[in-house]
Amino acid sequence: MTHVKTLNKAVLKDSVKRGACGECQTSCQSACKTSCTVANQKCEQLKK
Amino acid sequence: MIHKYKLMGLDIVLDVYSGAVHIVDDIFYDLLDKIGESFDKDADYSGIIAELSQKYPESDVKGSFNELKKLVDDGQLYTDDFYAEIAAKWNKKSVVKALCLHIAHDCNLRCKYCFAGTGEYQGHRGMMSAEVGKAAIDFVIKNSGTRRNIEIDYFGGEPLMNFGVVKEITEYAKEQGEEHNKNFRFTLTTNGILLNDEVKAYVNENMSNIVLSLDGTKETNDRMRYRVDGSGTYDAIVPKFIDIAESRNQDNYYVRGTFTAENLHFADDVMHMADLGFLQTSVEPVVAPETESYALKEEHIDTVLAEYEKLAKLYIDRRREGKPFNFFHFMIDLDQGPCVVKRLSGCGAGHEYIAVTPEGDIYPCHQFVGNKDFKMGSVMTGEFDEEIKSTFEKSNIYTKPECSNCFAKFYCSGGCAANAYNFNKDINEPYKLACEFERKRVECAIAIEAIKAMEGLE
Repeated sequence: MTHVKTLNKAVLKDSVKRGACGECQTSCQSACKTSCTVANQKCEQLKK
Repeated sequence: MIHKYKLMGLDIVLDVYSGAVHIVDDIFYDLLDKIGESFDKDADYSGIIAELSQKYPESDVKGSFNELKKLVDDGQLYTDDFYAEIAAKWNKKSVVKALCLHIAHDCNLRCKYCFAGTGEYQGHRGMMSAEVGKAAIDFVIKNSGTRRNIEIDYFGGEPLMNFGVVKEITEYAKEQGEEHNKNFRFTLTTNGILLNDEVKAYVNENMSNIVLSLDGTKETNDRMRYRVDGSGTYDAIVPKFIDIAESRNQDNYYVRGTFTAENLHFADDVMHMADLGFLQTSVEPVVAPETESYALKEEHIDTVLAEYEKLAKLYIDRRREGKPFNFFHFMIDLDQGPCVVKRLSGCGAGHEYIAVTPEGDIYPCHQFVGNKDFKMGSVMTGEFDEEIKSTFEKSNIYTKPECSNCFAKFYCSGGCAANAYNFNKDINEPYKLACEFERKRVECAIAIEAIKAMEGLE
């Protein structure tokens, strides 16, 4: 019997390998203008 | 560091430093409860296993413990903070890559909660000239280094009061972009009063995003968003917003509202937007001094958090009914999302992102415009205050003591610098109410993703 269902991989750690190209959207430009959620932003490298 | 919580019928565990999310059963959840905040591979946990075996079958408790150890070994549970080192060596050399252009410091509405003083921004009413706008484009080309993607947000006041200049700047940016190998992406934020077919055609051809201001139901919207003569805007703008959303195939736009102490049950407003047919929605908490009657205060926190949970349930119900829509703050990509450096540093205000006034003055972002202490320079002279830039550049979640023990830090990146400054006079001291709200939004967003994955929902 399994007691855990893991939804995703260790995304944060893996992202370090991608570096920080800075080509992504500035979060404030989308819709929030104050609330600053960044986790829904797309990575430009992964979008390609 | 882990964060575990129960929501929407699920036991959820977030491993903060790896970003892994686990749905667990009650045995595993209770086991984590007993183990606590950290796990030591060499420690003896037989006492905990024996204790839990009084409540659950011993084989299940031992099975859970073995799964837990495997997750630890795989770097998906109780992972260490390996970003502190990155932050300690933080020497971010930013380039400017996004502009908020204040096309009009004037507005045809008199919204009660307007942070911009109904368009004036503590200054005088005025329109940006094409000359200033073009100088801003030249400035960003010059200051963006090798960065290719550049964002321009046409903001106000109401930018459609100066639409001719919007078009002139856009055409100039496209032309200069080709010459300098820059890819300009444009966004327009509008209250909709002056939207017409000509604007729609131009926006759809040229702009990657349009933000349409609407607070929700007619009652909610018109209580706050009214014209100079006091008349509400809902009836005039909603048909136009539906039309432009449809013309963009219900994508690359947001209907964006603000909730206040006067409509704490904002889930009803979000659902109203969805009922109108909008698929891209965003409703944000108002940011206002506590002296204002509509301001959100500590006494409202419980109600607001409950409302986010209510919205999350309704949001999933719509997906189960095959009628999904998006709510900006519930959109978390658990598999990809931005890299950790982006998550450490946040919105980029003051170093990657700047606001430009109609006169060409530079501020760290639209929220700082009018605060002379934060005037950074001018696109007309090219002057750019490196000291202020550096202050913002250095700020990240590790320079904010409040973030150290917060599970949501990699999802909000330390919150809004302007809010922090306005409430605490320090960009490194986040605004408490915003943190409370963000934590709940992140919990809801993760639960939603879990249910979507488990039920195969869109």
